[in-house]
Amino acid sequence: MSQAKTKDHATLAGAFIKDEERVDWHDGALWYIREKRDIASKQIPEWEDLREAASQIKSHVISNLHEYLLQFEENLKKNGIIVHWADSAEEHNEIVYSILKAKEINQMVKSKSMLTEECGLNEYLEERGIEVVNSDLGEYIQQIDNEPPSHIVLPCIHKRKEEIGELFHEHLGTEKGLSDPTLLTRVARKHLRNIFLTRRGALTGVNFAVAETGEYVVCTNEGNADMGAHLSEVQIASMGLEKLIPQKNHLGIFLRLLARSATGQPITIYSSHYRKPRKGQEMHLILVDAGRTRQLGRADFRDSLKCIKCGACMNTCPVYRKSGGLSYHNTITGPIGAILAPNLDMRKHADLPYASTLCGSCSNVCPVKINIHEQLYKWRQEIVKEGYATKAKSLGMKTMAWTLSSPGKFTTAGKAGRWFLDKVPFVVNNKFNPWYKQRDMPEAPKESFEEWYNKKEKKD
Amino acid sequence: MKNGIIRKKRKINSMTTREKILGAVLKNQPATTALPDITMFRGDNNDLVKKYMDVFKTIGGTAFLVEDIEAMKTLINESFDTAKRTVTTLPGLSESFELISATADPHTYDDVELAIIKAHFSVAENGAVWLTEEVMGQRIIPYICQHLAVVINADDIIPTLHEAYEKVGAGDYGFGGFIGGPSKTADIEQALVLGAHGPLTMTVFIMNNQHALF
Repeated sequence: MSQAKTKDHATLAGAFIKDEERVDWHDGALWYIREKRDIASKQIPEWEDLREAASQIKSHVISNLHEYLLQFEENLKKNGIIVHWADSAEEHNEIVYSILKAKEINQMVKSKSMLTEECGLNEYLEERGIEVVNSDLGEYIQQIDNEPPSHIVLPCIHKRKEEIGELFHEHLGTEKGLSDPTLLTRVARKHLRNIFLTRRGALTGVNFAVAETGEYVVCTNEGNADMGAHLSEVQIASMGLEKLIPQKNHLGIFLRLLARSATGQPITIYSSHYRKPRKGQEMHLILVDAGRTRQLGRADFRDSLKCIKCGACMNTCPVYRKSGGLSYHNTITGPIGAILAPNLDMRKHADLPYASTLCGSCSNVCPVKINIHEQLYKWRQEIVKEGYATKAKSLGMKTMAWTLSSPGKFTTAGKAGRWFLDKVPFVVNNKFNPWYKQRDMPEAPKESFEEWYNKKEKKD
Repeated sequence: MKNGIIRKKRKINSMTTREKILGAVLKNQPATTALPDITMFRGDNNDLVKKYMDVFKTIGGTAFLVEDIEAMKTLINESFDTAKRTVTTLPGLSESFELISATADPHTYDDVELAIIKAHFSVAENGAVWLTEEVMGQRIIPYICQHLAVVINADDIIPTLHEAYEKVGAGDYGFGGFIGGPSKTADIEQALVLGAHGPLTMTVFIMNNQHALF
């Protein structure tokens, strides 16, 4: 959250790609995960049918959300879980604060929850004297470095182990220069175990919420959600409205898809089904809107609410892999972030739908078949229409529209372009033209296709 | 008194928020689409024990096929430091190890070295076992112990999660979970480390059918 939000994706990506070695590593690490996803998915002959079923279940939920919310709420209450509704991030934060305050809890442990990152919960609580510790290792590392997560599944994938070693040296007193991942993990394990044992309040996110039973499922590999929850007096779960699924047997579909899409694992190590509070424990669940009902009303973009947050679209995206998650200046990064963010604030996130080549790889790996690249394209149109595109971008597009509007203008423009690139390349290839940053133009052909074709026609 | 007023105030607000959100959902949700039929998703019933053992090894676990409880005891004594605190829910092991109390403060299990519990069934395709709090002894047990050992009957291995949810049915547990291997993280440079916050190792004992434990 501490990151500058005024800089756009291109500027932030520009800073990231300066370190070529890091970019290559980042690119390779994420591509490796994409490959693991491919191997895992190909072991399931019915993989494509599972994706289709998941997509249809989520479409059904979106089109019957009102009914499922009511059913879920009723069953939560039957199970003894206290239900809260939050219209906005602020209201969500207020609710968490009031729950903790009522129990005089001033320290809370949190497992991974992108929603609470989106809401800025940690900052809100800290301003009011409540200390929050993120317990997912990657999120913990990001928290001590005062940075938001750069990836929804791999929060500190942009960091090298030496940098993490340095942070541990500073915050946990490890030996300077220690960077072995196993040793660093052991230190964090010890430190965080003490946190789990001493925190009376624990908050988790929600992966899936089952309307028919009023239970919710939290998936982790580290076991941090369970360590926090089962040792707490007060357990809070925060979830976006879109996390609902109708029936418990639908979990068979989603849990087969989730981890394979995310990391190539057959299932996350822990898939915990929370249904009733432990004896003597208090359980709360907060249903959060924060822009989701608005997105539900946007016909072109509502399918983005089907997302199960696996991160596959990030791992496959050529722009994400080379620009790093933090360049998206949004909690949810990568292609899915770029179609969710403009709904929250179109002006602030007007640059994100442009952080894509529209190659479509994201849509091809999405386990719930969201048409991500088509939505990116549609957001661009929306952003220009609403007047949020940058001047250079809209001027460029207007010029292009004018040029393409008649064959005469197009021919003249082509000729001029070739002449400039050939005779006076410095006019276009200079530091004022961002295209040339880390790029070169191919050599301009001597003639256009039309000129070549006409000549050929004459000869023949 | 002041606290009461604040809570009351919030209650009123949350009522309006609830109405507001539900109203917006109803207004914005599109025309209903049908739920797909998912009954055709089923796994293959052949070689389930072998499949399970192979998958469980690839996710970092250790699996043993054992003839009876005595064979399991021998393996436990060979594989773990049972001089340290070892707890169990299995009556057959109560002579050797401490039985888990369902009512003790969960924090008191912080020093458990090894927990030996039974699972309802396991899933061949992903290596996970299904546990509810009743077989865990306490919710915290399979997460807080340093090493986790789980016993299943060979007959209770099923092909995929589809059969799993059929078996679980509605269920009346307060807490249940799939556990598929030792806790792990790859958050530091994608280097796989076993033993993040939960157990460092997970061992599954598959009990020969003739000597089924339960």
